[in-house]
Formats: sequence, C-alpha cells, structure tokens
Amino acid sequence: MMYRLPNVAGESIDRNRPLLFMFEGVAYQGFAGDTICAALAASGVMVMGRSFKYHRARGILSFANHDVNALFQIGGLPNVRGDVVELEAGMEITAVNTFGGVARDSASWMDKFARFLPVGFYYKAFHSKLLFPIWENLIRSFSGLGRIALDAPRIRTPKRYAFCDVLVVGGGISGLNAALAAAESGATVMLVDEGARLHSGFMLVGDTMRITLLLSQVSAHANIEVLTSTVAVGYYADHWIALMEQQRLTKVRARSVIFATGALEQPAVFRNNDLPGILLMSAALRLLRRHAVAVGRHVVISARTTDDYAAALEFLRHGVAVTHIVDARTQTADYELTRRLKERGVTFLTGRAVIEAHADSKGCLRRITVAKAGAINENVTSVDCDALLMSGGWTAATQLLLQAGGTVRFDTGAQMHLPEVLPPGIFVAGRVNGIFDVKARAIDGQRAGYSAAAYLGMEVKDGGTPSSHPGALARVKNLPTPIVAHARGKDFIDFDEDVQVRDLEHAVQEGFDSIELLKRYTTVGMGPSQGKHSNTNAARVLAGIRKVSADQVGLTTARPMYHPVPMKHLAGRGFTPERVTPLVARHDALGAVWMLASNWRRPEYYAVANETREQSIAAEVAAVHEGVGIIDVGTLGKLEIHGPDAGAFLDRVYSGRYSDLEVGKTRYALLLDEAGTIVDDGVIARMGEESYYFTTTTGGSVAVYRELLRWNALWGLRCSLLNVTGHSAAVNLAGPRSRDLLSALVPMDLGNDALPYLGYRETTLAGVPVRLLRVGFVGELGYEIHVPFSQALRVWDAIAEEGAAAGLRPFGVEAQRVLRLEKGHFIVGQDTDGLTNPFEARADWAVRMTKPFFIGQRSLRILQRRGPRQLLVGFEIPQAVPSLKESHLAIDAGEIAGRITSIAYSSVLGKTIGLAMVKPALAPVGTKLSFRQNDGSMVTASVCETPFYDKGGERQKSVIASFSATVKVAASATQKAGGSADEAAALSFAMHGTAGAGASLEDRRQRKRIGIKGPLAAAWLEQRGITIPDRANSWTAITSSENDVVMRLGESEFFFEQSVYAEEFKTLASGLTPPVPGVYPVLREDRAFALSGSLADDVLAQVCNVNFRPLILSERHAIMTMMVGVAVTVVPQGNVSHRRYLIWCDPSFGDYLRSSLAAVIDGLRTS
Amino acid sequence: MKQLLCPLNGLRPVSEFVYGGEVRVMPDPEACTDEQWSSYVFNRSGVPGIRREWWCHIASGFWFVVDRDTATDIVIATHTADVLRQASPA
Repeated sequence: MMYRLPNVAGESIDRNRPLLFMFEGVAYQGFAGDTICAALAASGVMVMGRSFKYHRARGILSFANHDVNALFQIGGLPNVRGDVVELEAGMEITAVNTFGGVARDSASWMDKFARFLPVGFYYKAFHSKLLFPIWENLIRSFSGLGRIALDAPRIRTPKRYAFCDVLVVGGGISGLNAALAAAESGATVMLVDEGARLHSGFMLVGDTMRITLLLSQVSAHANIEVLTSTVAVGYYADHWIALMEQQRLTKVRARSVIFATGALEQPAVFRNNDLPGILLMSAALRLLRRHAVAVGRHVVISARTTDDYAAALEFLRHGVAVTHIVDARTQTADYELTRRLKERGVTFLTGRAVIEAHADSKGCLRRITVAKAGAINENVTSVDCDALLMSGGWTAATQLLLQAGGTVRFDTGAQMHLPEVLPPGIFVAGRVNGIFDVKARAIDGQRAGYSAAAYLGMEVKDGGTPSSHPGALARVKNLPTPIVAHARGKDFIDFDEDVQVRDLEHAVQEGFDSIELLKRYTTVGMGPSQGKHSNTNAARVLAGIRKVSADQVGLTTARPMYHPVPMKHLAGRGFTPERVTPLVARHDALGAVWMLASNWRRPEYYAVANETREQSIAAEVAAVHEGVGIIDVGTLGKLEIHGPDAGAFLDRVYSGRYSDLEVGKTRYALLLDEAGTIVDDGVIARMGEESYYFTTTTGGSVAVYRELLRWNALWGLRCSLLNVTGHSAAVNLAGPRSRDLLSALVPMDLGNDALPYLGYRETTLAGVPVRLLRVGFVGELGYEIHVPFSQALRVWDAIAEEGAAAGLRPFGVEAQRVLRLEKGHFIVGQDTDGLTNPFEARADWAVRMTKPFFIGQRSLRILQRRGPRQLLVGFEIPQAVPSLKESHLAIDAGEIAGRITSIAYSSVLGKTIGLAMVKPALAPVGTKLSFRQNDGSMVTASVCETPFYDKGGERQKSVIASFSATVKVAASATQKAGGSADEAAALSFAMHGTAGAGASLEDRRQRKRIGIKGPLAAAWLEQRGITIPDRANSWTAITSSENDVVMRLGESEFFFEQSVYAEEFKTLASGLTPPVPGVYPVLREDRAFALSGSLADDVLAQVCNVNFRPLILSERHAIMTMMVGVAVTVVPQGNVSHRRYLIWCDPSFGDYLRSSLAAVIDGLRTS
Repeated sequence: MKQLLCPLNGLRPVSEFVYGGEVRVMPDPEACTDEQWSSYVFNRSGVPGIRREWWCHIASGFWFVVDRDTATDIVIATHTADVLRQASPA
C-alpha cells in the first residue's frame, strides 16, 4: 500500500496547506500541490478506476498524463485526468466506468467472462438485425467512461491566433536549452509544456543549480513566451500548431518548430501486469520526488539499466523498502551500485523475469512469480510484494513529428523509432531524438535552437553549432521491453482497451496482420491515451508473430489530436457571419417572422394579430394585387460595371445582349456556366454609355461577383466591376397603387412614357438619391428603389408614412414566391437544378444564340441539337391541395417522370398552381400529371400555359386603366417604430469601454466616405493635386489628423474617409459628373470601427489570423483580411505603446462584427 | 493551416482564399469539335503533379495564379493573372 513519506527534498507539495476532499463518498486529505492521484495514493487508495472492458481494478500506471484507468468524474466534468489535475479543497470525486462504486464494481464478473469476448467480438456476434437493438442497448449501457451533465453551463472558451519565430514543444532540459539558444540568436520563441511548470523532468538527480539557472534565464528572457499546462495537440500545414491551454485554444503559426517532446516509458508485459501496485519506474520516481509518496512497503524493481539501480538506492534512502531487484541480465553492469544495494539487504534475482503477478482479495498486487528469463518454467520462485516497478524501456514521443511529415526509423540500439528525415524548419532535440544522457540533452537542445535560428537566416551566437542533422550525438542504448505472454492471458498490451497478447495473436491468425488493420480490429491504441503505452508493444508483438523487423511492421499513422481535447476547445464562436439589411429594425417592429436566405435574415412574412400564417401571407399577396405592398429586396446582389468594354463584358458573361441596351432601360439577365446550366439570374440596367447597374440573386451575389472578377482578370477587358451589394439597400414597391404612392414622393413623372415598363431612372426620394428600376417580378406594376445603406431608413419611413393612407402593406418572401409563381417566373436553384439549361427552363427568349460568344453558348449548341431531357411546365389543380408539396414526384406508367418544383394556392385565381420539371412527353398543355403525395395517394393536375395570371402582362406594364379596389390592410402595421435613421446611428455610437484600460471599440459609421476606382483613378487624383498613397494596400492622411485617411486598395481603388463631408469630397464627387473615362465613383457605406486600448492586440488575436504586431506603423499598411469570417480592411495607427486599429467592413456585416468584437472585449475583461 | 503568398496581399492563411479550379485553356468554341468541347467542360485531370490553379483572395477580390504540386501540396510560385492574358475567344 502506498503512503506519504516525511519531507522529501524538492517536493512540490505544501504541507502547510492540507486539502480535504471526497472520493467515492469517503473523506480524505491531501496537500496543495498534490494531483488527485497523488493525494489518493498518499491516503493508501490503490484502486482508482475500473478497466474499460473487463472492469478490473486499476490504479496508477504511468502518472504522466496518460493514466486512463485513473479518470474521474468531478461534478459535471467527466474523465478528469487524476494523474495531472491538481487537487482542490472540497472536490467530490468519483471513479468513472463502475457499477456501484470502484471498490465493489458489480460488473467485474466481466473479467471472468473474458474468454467469451474474443477479439473482434462485435463483428462476430452481432449479425442479426432483429436482435441488434437489444445488443446495442446492452453495449451502450456498458460502454463509455464519464457522464456528461446535460445541464452544464455554456461557457465560451476563447480561441486565439499567435505567431512566433520558433515554437519549442517540451520544457525539459533539451527544450529549455533549445528555447534559450534560439532566443539568444534573436528569435521570438514560444515554449510550451504540458506540465504545470517547466522542467517537470524527473530523470535528473542533482545538478539543481544549473537547472535553476537555466529556468531563470528562460523565464527572464524577453524573447521567450512560456506556456505551461499547455499541450501541443496537433501539427497542421506550414507550422500551424494547436496549443491546448486549460482555458484557451491557441493556434500558433511558427516559422520553425523544435520538438523536444521527450519519451514515454513503456510497461513490461506479463500475466496480470495491470494490478494496482504495478507501475512504471518513472511514475514511482515522480510520486516520490514531487509528492513524497512511497509506492509500497515491500517493493520489487524489475530493472533493466543502471539507472534503475540508482533509483533503487534513492528509494532506500527515503526509507522505502526495496526488497528485490529482478534483472533479466545475468551480469549486473555496475558492481559498486550492486554492492551498496546488497549491503542494504536487497535480494538480486538476476537472469530472471517477472512472469506473473497475483492479486489479493481487493484486486491489488500481493505476490509475483519470477522465472528464468526466456524460460518461464525454470527457476520459478515467488516473491511477496505490494509494489512492482517496471522499467520497460522507452519510446520516443514522435507523434507530432510524424504529423509534421517527418519520418522515423527503428533504431535497434535504442530499441525505439527515432527521427530520421525532418521536414524543412522542423527540428528535434533530447530524448525524442534518442539522446537520454542529461549533458548530451542540453547540448542537443542548444544545437536544435541554433539550427532553427540559422534556418530563419539569423546569425547564431558565437560557439553555436547549428546542425539540422538529428543524429549528431550518440543515441541511447536500450534492451528490448520484456514481453512474456502467458497461456492464461491477462498479459495486457493496452491498458485503455484491455487488449491482451492473445487478442493480437488471434487477430493476426484471422488475417489482420498489418499494423493498421491490427489496430482497428483489436482496438489496440484506440483508447483515450491513443496508444502512448501500447503502440510500441503491439508493434513488437506483431513483429514477433510475423518474424519480421520492427521497421517492417512500421507504425500506425499519427494524426491530430495528440491528446484528448475537451469539446469546449473545439466548439466556439461561429465564423458564419449573418447579414442584415438596414431595415431590420423596421421589420421587427412590424412583426416580421424571420427566415435565413443564404446568410441574410429576411422576413418570411409579417405576423398580424388574429391571423394565421397562411392568412397573413394571403393578405400580403392580396395587398400587392389590389393595392400596394412593399418588400425589402436589399439582399439581392447589386453590382456595377464601368468602362468602354462594360457592354462587351456583359455580352460575354450573360446569355442575353446588353451592348445594345438603351441607356435608361433594363433587361432580364441569365447567367450560365460553361456546361450551359443556369446558375443565376437578375436584371441589368444601363445607367450610361459605359456603365451598368445589375442585380443577382440573394444567394448568388458572392459567387457571381467573384466569378465575374475571374473572367475579367482573364480577359483583361477595359472595365471595372464594383460590388455594392451591402452598401446599397433596396425595396420593391408593387401593386396597382404603387405609382400613385411613389409619385407623391419623387420629383419626376412616373407615367408610362417617362418611366416605362423595364425602365431605369435616377431621382431623389425624401432628399436621398435613389435608383428606380421598373420591374415585373411579382407581376404587378412595381418599382425597385435602390438607395445607399445609410439612407434606407429615411426612404422606408417616407414611403411608410405616405403609404399609410393607401393601405401600404409590407410583404415577405413567402408572398413574393406566390406572386412570382402566378407569373410563372422560375427561381434559380428552386425550379432549376444543377443540370437545368435555359431550353429546359423555357427561357429560350433570354438566350441570344446569335451572339459571337457567351459563357455556356458552345454547350447550348450541343444541347439545342440534342433536345431537352426535361421541361419546366406550369400545372393547375382546380382546388386547394395543401398536402401536395414541392418535390413530390410525378408518376407516369409506374415510373418517375418528374417532380414539383413550386406549388401554391393562388387566391386571386382560385386554384392551385405550380411548376414541375417533367419528361418532355408530359409537357404539352392539357396533359394530365399524376403526383404522388407523402401518404402514397395520387393527385391529378393539368399542364397549362404560363403565366397563370395576367397572361398578357398588362398589369405590370400598367397599360390598363387605373384599378380601384378595396384594400383590407392593417394600416397600423406600417406605422414606423423607433426613431429616425440618425437617432439609430447615434445610439450605437456609444463607446465600448474606456480607452487605455482594456480595449475600446468606437463605432465610426457616421464619418463621411467616398470611393473612386478605375485604371485612370490614380492619375486623375494626382492631376487634381490630391495626395494619394504611392503603394497598393497602404494609406496616407489627408488632413493633419490620422482620422482623415485615404487608402489605396489594390492598385486602382481609392477610399477616402473624413469626419466631415469636406469640400474636397464634394469636388471629387462633382468632378465625376459627367462621367470621366477610366475613373468611377464607388458607393462606400462601410461600417467603421476604431479599436484601441492596451488589449487591442489581444482582441485582434482572437478574431483575425494576421499578425499585426510586427508591422511597422510608418509603412502605413492597409490590410484586407478576414475577421470572424467578415472581409475587413484594417489600418494600424498610433505609436508603439498605443496602437489603434481602424476597421472597415461591408455595412450589412456591421452589427455582426460589432457584437462579435464586443463579446471578445467583454471576455477579455472578465478573464 | 496552409499559407499562400498572394501577389497583392502577401503571405496569408489559406482560409482567406477560395480555390477557383485549375487554369485550363478554353478551346476555340467555333473550331473545336463537340467532343473537344465536352472534354474541356467536364473532364478534369486528377493526376498528381504540378498544376496551375486559380486562387482568389476573398477580402480584396483579387484573383491570381498559383503553380502547385498537387502530389506534395507545395506551392512552387504565385503570379498575377497577367501571365494568363489571352486573346478573348470572341
């Protein structure tokens, strides 16, 4: 039984601070500085857990962060690693994976049942589908370890990006030297160690002065950042390493990495090698030196090296009774040590090996059987003992190196896999490199540190000898780990998964004889320690069975994570930003029910008291048919193209022709891919001779703009593309009364002659410049009104106020879908799919095959010859059929012949209408279609002409006389809520925090901005005497204040911002009317922030993967990057001690970015 | 995470970019056969090796060209799209 010793020099416990805690309902006492396992061991608790499969009693094995049979449940926290987690006062600890407590686990009968659970048991036993649910329930009740508390509080664990020149993984003697050598050479270094403190090394005796000096040099060095209790859990491309701290995940980008990850001691294999009381030599030493815990009162050491003899003496010096040393060697290496041990009464059993251990009634070690090494039936003797220390040999912790693409080779001298080829920028040092001698490890660490510095082009300090060759120093010599298979089994290879030698043998017999297959079939190495104490032995057993070398057997692939990672580190802030239009507050006030369209929030419909969803949607539809409705279409993609080749570019990209479009007119636009498939649609308006304004679908705007940029980059035509999607808001005012309403608001004639159907005009509304597009998507007279983001509320409020008397009703996406369906308009992606071409969608009219070229044209020629495989048809059913839905199949002669793509009941038509994609044979008007519903019943529909409503289009063209109707609209629904646009902006202008202390976020949206872009923009600006930055992606001040800036984004775009709409701005704007060739105004409605304060860099580190720290401020960088998934431009300003970051983003992302940054600031402030 | 050297914006993590597929020369739509055209539209070579690829820096909308060894995932060089400027097919 283990017990606490009197004071051990250098112990890390504080005996003046006793801590009381509970384990399995019993009170115990430990000391501050104890880990949970150490405190339990000191109290004589040997059985700390039950094994995963057989529920065998288990205790401490490695005491090195991989003791998976000593996992604990602490409150809601499952699987706490007791070997490393420090004890806290009042902890209530229970073992995991027990039935009725760890001491009397009622499931321990599993141990007796073991021979009925052969390897691959699941694969062999559960074939019956009928019985499987029963087995599944049974297995589930047995499997798994800790229990998850479903009511656990939601805690956001911060993530951050970090950067360094050299990352050193492992704070042992070699890692410390490596970090120091690299830092001395001028590199910025991050040094991480999984232990609570650096140099948790235990193999070192004496020499504490030098270690103390080294530790103080490292911690004092300005270039070294030390992270303890931090596990490097994964290596990713280009030296990107995930560092798991206790309460934070750091993703560090290093320029060079040194792995000083050490080595893992391996257990010996013999029958019952898992009994509590049997532990690794390194574990016993750690318990002794750090926690003053003696491993037992009758200790036997299974020794392999001289180090073990020295350790035996150390135990004896502390009064721990080492009674026997079992050594497979017949000649002991060190006569002097042997003599001293014999003097102290230690019995030597040389040439022997432990072949079996025996348990007492509690399942703990009481006796071992020893026999002649290599001959288990000769010289058999028994030794009573309560502790057996296994010196089983080591395996280098090469997992991270392997993840990084390094290779290893089995070193027969060292009896382990050691690094062979290192990828560029990766270095190894210390025991992972096979260097075990203390002095040599220090030298190897320095070598690695200098090598990393030299790799980065730094000058290495005098005397430093960089050598990237890993094998520069003599590597350790080792004996193989003893593996003694036993006829009656329980000779464990894997302590996580209860895998025995015979399991491996059987697996090989069954054909799973490669290391990867063996792993998957037997689950060896698949437990929580991921094979850290089993992979090497498994490989050696396999090599033995197959009679091949360890190199031929190889290793299983090392993958992240190196160490189990709590879900809190993986779950986190979503990086999928949500976009909103400036009208979001108005929609909320009107009772909008939201839906997500692409990443936009859009009103699905507006809920009205005492109306069902269906009634509200129907009323919205009726309002548009009979009076006037308004819908927010600000989510549409909104692009501009300027330049002499603008028309030619659009002709090449879209299927229609736009170079012949009259100025002031719009035309439908269909975008195809090269296969001739419809990918997007919209409306193109010609604003001027060389400028067009055009829309895309809501979901397609990002991809379409990007693809157009790509074609433009390839073709190099004389035109510039602008994306004003977020900078411009838009509403569609539709219905027979829309003209009357709008006429009262704009200073222009809206008659059919002045603004005909499909016309385009620029005017003002409520003093705001607006673009009017007379469109017909919803089938009634209608106007799209496009307006700058910041002015949208003013325009909306003006329309709402004027429209209240006319019964203006807002309508949502659902009503719009019904309205457009009545007109037979398809929606790209709903009525078309990834194979639909324009002929199949009946959009031949939108395709100009006579043009010389457009994207998809060549494919269409082939498709045209071949004829359609399917056709989009309209169908009607005389009554309402609510059970018939989109995607229900059309069945013809027992075969699938098509599907419904859109369906709705049209109140105005008094019937169900829809679109279906069907086989061409079913397309003729009058054909009866049979649709199968969910319950299998059939519904008959007739194919009919489209549009269903207003076939001649008289209503949208408004050629019929004025339409009078009674409008049943809740006028109050359009009453505006909240204050004016300016008030809303002023409210959120509040500062977040105070400058200097922490971080402050200033909302700067009210500043004035103007954008100018074009191939001749730079020349034009210079000509007008305006200072501009001479380099791409840089900025300069336009007044004496750094607040007033002009940025050059790329080569040809300029972005001015100033606190007031200065005279220069007005001149710039007026200078571009009439248009100037090669110089185009850009609508800039950016949301802007200024982030400052001492924590500003820490805020950025959590949201942006760009290292702003080393940027030289005088170089005046303007950095376009991503922040929480939002495209931003960042300008670092200020001075070295007080930095300020100006941040701009698309205004539709503004609220999202602001709340994300504010949450990060709050998190930093509370931490 | 991989890093990519953007000719405009410098070295950035690959999450700042979108992949635009391999750079492939469009055959002359007037002169090519249906088979040649179909092959251009639908066939991609999956053979590992050095490929010229389109990449776009999201925040700046900047398209550029990357020569990448798809067998080793090593970027050999990055260029502006000027290297591709070809006569338009029209």
